Amino acid sequence: MFSYVLRRIGVGLGLVLLVLTLIFLALHLVPGDPAMLLLSQGDGASATPEAVARVRTQLGLDQPLLTQYWHFLSGALTGDLGESFRNRQPVSEAIGERLPRTLELVGLATLVAVVVGVPWGALAARAGGWFDSVTSVLTSIGIALPVFVFGSILILVFSLKLGALPAGGFAEWGEDPNRHAQILVLPAIALAVGFASTIARMTRSAVLEMLHQDWVRTARSMGLSRRAVFRRYVLRNSLNPVVTTVGIGVGTLLGSTVLVERVFNYPGLSSLLVEAVTARDYPVVQGIVITIAVLFVSINIIVDVLYGVLDPRVRR
Amino acid sequence: MSDLTKKPTTPGPVTPLLEMTDVSVEFGGGKSWKPVTHQISFSVAPGETLALVGESGSGKSVTAMAILNLLPPNARRTGSIRLDGEELVDAGEKRLRQIRGCDVAVIFQEPMTALNPVYTIGAHLVEAIRSHRDVSKDEARATALDLLRGVHMPEPEVKIDHYPHQLSGGQRQRAMIAMAMSSEPRLLIADEPTTALDVTVQAEILDLVRELQGRTGMSVLVITHDMGVVADVADRVVVMREGRVVETAPSAELFARPTHEYTRALLDAVPRLGSGAPATAVVPDRAATAALDLQGVAIDYPGSWRKPGFRAGEDLDLLVAPGEIVGLVGESGSGKSTIGRLAMGLLPVAEGTMTVDGVDVSAGSRSDLALIRSRVSMVFQDPASSLDPRRTIGQSITDPLRWTGEIGDRREARKQAGALLEQVRLPADWADRFPHELSGGQRQRVGIARAMATSPRLLVADEPTSALDVSVQASVLDLFSELQREHGFSCLFISHDLSVVESLATTIVVLQKGRVVEQGPTQRVLTAPTEDYTRRLIAAAPVPDPALQAERRRERLAS
Repeated sequence: MFSYVLRRIGVGLGLVLLVLTLIFLALHLVPGDPAMLLLSQGDGASATPEAVARVRTQLGLDQPLLTQYWHFLSGALTGDLGESFRNRQPVSEAIGERLPRTLELVGLATLVAVVVGVPWGALAARAGGWFDSVTSVLTSIGIALPVFVFGSILILVFSLKLGALPAGGFAEWGEDPNRHAQILVLPAIALAVGFASTIARMTRSAVLEMLHQDWVRTARSMGLSRRAVFRRYVLRNSLNPVVTTVGIGVGTLLGSTVLVERVFNYPGLSSLLVEAVTARDYPVVQGIVITIAVLFVSINIIVDVLYGVLDPRVRR
Repeated sequence: MSDLTKKPTTPGPVTPLLEMTDVSVEFGGGKSWKPVTHQISFSVAPGETLALVGESGSGKSVTAMAILNLLPPNARRTGSIRLDGEELVDAGEKRLRQIRGCDVAVIFQEPMTALNPVYTIGAHLVEAIRSHRDVSKDEARATALDLLRGVHMPEPEVKIDHYPHQLSGGQRQRAMIAMAMSSEPRLLIADEPTTALDVTVQAEILDLVRELQGRTGMSVLVITHDMGVVADVADRVVVMREGRVVETAPSAELFARPTHEYTRALLDAVPRLGSGAPATAVVPDRAATAALDLQGVAIDYPGSWRKPGFRAGEDLDLLVAPGEIVGLVGESGSGKSTIGRLAMGLLPVAEGTMTVDGVDVSAGSRSDLALIRSRVSMVFQDPASSLDPRRTIGQSITDPLRWTGEIGDRREARKQAGALLEQVRLPADWADRFPHELSGGQRQRVGIARAMATSPRLLVADEPTSALDVSVQASVLDLFSELQREHGFSCLFISHDLSVVESLATTIVVLQKGRVVEQGPTQRVLTAPTEDYTRRLIAAAPVPDPALQAERRRERLAS
């Protein structure tokens, strides 16, 4: 098991390195000079060659590609992702401010989705009949409904009509923990609905498949109670595909909270990414892409390790 | 060893432990119920071994599962099932749970799928023990260890913490039996307990069941399709067909004087070891160009960057003369299928030389493979999964001809398909049918027709009949040898069943762990084997004759 985990982490590190290299190459192979771009910002006038040369030296663009690559890599690995073109704020600082907010949102949404989705799917598979049919319809709607539509409905009902929860915005935990939590509820639910529907469907089909396995009959033949059989021989074995779904889902959420952040006016990582893209703030875009890539790889490592924990046949 | 030789019990004045009266199992729901078994009646005396035999679809498993109501939710039981006088048909789920695994235990066919892959053997045992006894986990573990010793599990202290996939098939079945024995049941239901196992392992498991029976005095209800197993263990036999009991008789009597026509047909269909060479075997011409010639061949399974490859065969010398059927026998993992794949060009030759029809194809170049594919074809084990379910059988059969470019025209292909189907004694107009519309035997005929399409020099048949019932197997084997005589192709016939090989092959090659242990004319190898392994294989295969089998068992256990 230990060597299995180590191997997973090793593969993950390799992947991160690959992603970093690809990002570096992408930024250096696209046409256009960052220095020109930087200088031409604001006014449309073209910069003097001296100014361009000065900025190039400043940014280290006059050095050989390999040296630049080395600087980029060592910088990225030590958390130095450069400075924003727009406001000279270190990129790592900007990300450090925004990332926890998005993680909090995604984490809460995932928690809700798992806590609702898994039991619901298991129940639908076990109960069958009308409950299963209703589940099938509801989860279809849940998956099909765009986040911004559902988010808007939530705001309409809970904020504007009932006035129960704030429609959006943000409050620091340190300043107003109560409001901080209240603000999180609606966007988390909006994100969780589609996710919970996917998880419920996955759980349902996994449970249905497991119900027909031979070892379930064996467990029954040993005289175990229905509940014990279901819990230890059906649900336990259904978790593997569910873990995959959750892993992929969390990764996707990280990059796709942008709509929810927009609807609820929530200043998270995704909105920063959108801002940076519109402003051509390359260092920030690059830093966020790297962050999301690293998170994605980390989630995959966790999923792989969970696989090993859940299924002894995977460890080797 | 005296406790192993049971006295045959005669049911009569003894009150039966299990009494089934007019038991029918019906599938359906609501108002429409469709019976799959009809008024099955039999009884099992204390200490007795009763065998429930029949071919697939006879309802033997369903009947056995009805006893503890381990049926699917859409099934129901009618009639009377009495265990020690207690009626089980209308017993509640709670009472049935008490009986399951306590008074009556079950072991199943495939211990790989019958054990939960995410729990260790120990966890399974502890669960089984604690479901009926109020003991601590530590005590249960100690008992589990004792149980594993009781079923002669090698290294029980180590294996207790192993997961099912880390054990061999035989060890898994031992673990399964240990679970079943955890509460010293009075009745053990064994549903095809050895079907998935090699013959030598099968013999060990059957010995173990007899030993445990001698120790505890339990009754055994064994469900099987294998007449050899019946002859080996059963005191009495219930023969089932299409959901009905056709004959019930003491084992010795049934084998000596079967009264029902179906029983006779069933016994006749069983291939018997020692029944002599194939009547009209072609005498191989060893001087002519061999269809397949392996000289000092080694085969490697390629590895990946994470795990190294391994050697699946080494030092293989093998010759298939024109028109000759060579039987390739051995247990699972012996490399017999590997040689089949090599002959098909699906695995490369790692060392040595391989000649097909006089051409050296060891290099495995593109042209070599093209040659192999035009001269060699294959019949697969499972006809259900080796035919594309979305294509008509006519299309499947003529596919090889399209690939080799022999026919391109659709009308011509249809004509060919019809002709090929007629060759395997199927109506030509069946070409438009789909595989699911055919029975297992018919599907295998289609498989043979497809292999014959390109008029191959060499046919590789990999366990072509082991998924079929004995009576179907007999007819497919007949067809096969008829075709072989007509067309004179050479054949590499791979099988785990010595008696099947004996009925077809002129030469037999015995494999063990990727090496040839012994080879020679079939009769010589089977009657006067020179190697220990061959002798063990022959001794382990049960023969469908209780008296002879009892003698063989004594000899085997004495040696």
